[in-house]
Amino acid sequence: MFRFLIKRVLLGVSTLFAISVTVFALFFMGPADPAASMCGTKQCTPVQHERITTFLELDRPPHEQYASYMRGIFVGRTIGGDSPDAIECPAPCLGINFRTYEQVSTVIGRTMPITFSIVLGGAVLYVLIGTGLGMLSAIKRGSIFDRIASGTALTFASTQIFFIGSVLLLVFVYQTDLLPLPKYVPFTESPLGWLGGMIVPWIALGLINSAQYARLSRAQMIETLSEDFVRTARAKGLAIAPIYFRHALRAAVTPIVTIAGLDIGGQLGGVAITETTFSLNGMGRTAVRAIDEANLPVVMGIVLFSAMFLVLSTIIVDILYSVIDPRVKLGTSGGH
Amino acid sequence: MSTANNPYLQVSNLRVKFETHDGTVKAVDGVTFSVEKGKTLGIVGESGSGKSVTSLAIMGLHNPKSTLLQGEILVDGRNVVGMPDDKLRLLRGRDMAMIFQDPLTALHPFYTIGRQLVEAYRVHHKVTKAVAKKRAIEMLDRVGIPQPQRRFGQYPHEFSGGMRQRAMIAMSLINDPNLLIADEPTTALDVTVQAQILDLLNDLQREFHSAVILITHDLGVVSQVADDVLVMYGGRVAEYGTAQQVMKLPQHPYTWGLLASMPSLRGDPEADLLPIKGNPPSLLNVPPGCVFHPRCRYAMLKGGPCDREVPELLQLRTVDEPGHTVACHLPERQRIETYQEEISSVGVAQ
Repeated sequence: MFRFLIKRVLLGVSTLFAISVTVFALFFMGPADPAASMCGTKQCTPVQHERITTFLELDRPPHEQYASYMRGIFVGRTIGGDSPDAIECPAPCLGINFRTYEQVSTVIGRTMPITFSIVLGGAVLYVLIGTGLGMLSAIKRGSIFDRIASGTALTFASTQIFFIGSVLLLVFVYQTDLLPLPKYVPFTESPLGWLGGMIVPWIALGLINSAQYARLSRAQMIETLSEDFVRTARAKGLAIAPIYFRHALRAAVTPIVTIAGLDIGGQLGGVAITETTFSLNGMGRTAVRAIDEANLPVVMGIVLFSAMFLVLSTIIVDILYSVIDPRVKLGTSGGH
Repeated sequence: MSTANNPYLQVSNLRVKFETHDGTVKAVDGVTFSVEKGKTLGIVGESGSGKSVTSLAIMGLHNPKSTLLQGEILVDGRNVVGMPDDKLRLLRGRDMAMIFQDPLTALHPFYTIGRQLVEAYRVHHKVTKAVAKKRAIEMLDRVGIPQPQRRFGQYPHEFSGGMRQRAMIAMSLINDPNLLIADEPTTALDVTVQAQILDLLNDLQREFHSAVILITHDLGVVSQVADDVLVMYGGRVAEYGTAQQVMKLPQHPYTWGLLASMPSLRGDPEADLLPIKGNPPSLLNVPPGCVFHPRCRYAMLKGGPCDREVPELLQLRTVDEPGHTVACHLPERQRIETYQEEISSVGVAQ
């Protein structure tokens, strides 16, 4: 277990390192000129342009910029060098927003709780509802319930979040006032306000994603119900409930944990379309905007965080696997 | 409880049909047999002969939606055909239990052996976990699993194949059932382990005095352990009698085929095994007349009834063997001569 963790964390760190190099390289390969976009295209004098370029150290070769970025993460750095406006950025320094001169760690600190709120709440909805519906469909296979559920699942699976989101907003928020307008209120400030502001995004995310879980869990459950050990459970004289829950569900849930782990891990790095649909400034929306602005440190920071969440979620999935299935031994074969 | 005249299990004219997309499958078509307590019935046949379907029907483990059961299955006088599942499940595991072919897939991979045994006991006994655990360890010990205390906490994948099947047997006998169905219990095991498991089943039967159905495709196994033998083909009974009768003077060409395709340890090692040509019939589209006639070397092709009339299961007439019945159109004299001249000389039977 301990060796497994060490191994996986080291692997994760090297992944993050590779990603940071890639993002940096991509940025300098492109035609982006952050200094120009920063001082405005029309009234930008060469002097101003020059000053911004020097301040942000954009005149230095990419590998030096990368080195100073990395130094910033571990020991902190001063951005702007000798300039009187120089910004002190303590470790772990992820650079500053080229536009607002705000530290990237502050940007992430502000946007992360928003994305986390949307994704975690939505995930509870889609995993529970989706899996529950799928299991029921499998048990009542071929019934009217199964057909309606499968049809609905297919419909939602082929819809986009911006469409469902807009319909929800139009019908339940703007026209009928049944649900509150999406906004982010920190949980610590007002738990009820947090809940109210998140409810519409959760429903939207839940509807879209639960379809996938319903279909997956239905297929899994049907397969598991035909397993020999389920027949053994019936042969013992068990009642319906323990056969389904103790014997079939336990075995069917493993692939669902995998998919859920990867889904949630991926979404924690930002759900750009959902955030944009509901005008919530989470990590995804911020990252998309930063790309438009050629705002390298913001892009880099959010990409690194997203990657970290994904790496962490795969580690957690592997640990959960070994908890669910006693045949899985962590570390003996890379955890699989 | 049941007496000698009143067998524990009485199956009469059992028919099992499945509805599939391609049509109706007649998996079992009019099968009658009985088993008394303390006796073993061997059901023999190739895959698809209906032997497993018969046992699943007795246990009520078929899919009720797609399966149609007809006839009568009396377990200790109670007809289980058409019995609602919530009643039938109280008989399952307590009055009748089943051992499956592959213990690796039949045991739940995520629960310890002990937990699965405890669960089996507590379904039918209102006892504490501690009492059930004691019983489970007793049973593990009884079926010859060393260190039962330690083994109790292990998972199926930590057991060897033979030990797993022993654990499965312990689980099926934990409620002391009067009827035990073993569906090819040794097929998935090493040859060296097979004999041990059969010995164990024999011992346990003597101890528990239950009625046992042993399903197998191996006539050799049957001749060792069974009191009665039922040879099935294409969902019907080909031949039925005591093990002695069937092994001494087998009457059905299909039984001959099974005997001739069986390797003999004592016979000539150079002798060729004679497989039965062809494949078992598709139960979707059963051949008319005798189901076996397309593969039968002795079928009367011209003018004979083999491809037109279904043979009745009839008692032997020329020899005095009460209870030995066979479903074959060949004249009895011809069958006996053919067996004695052609089949027994191959040297497989004895």
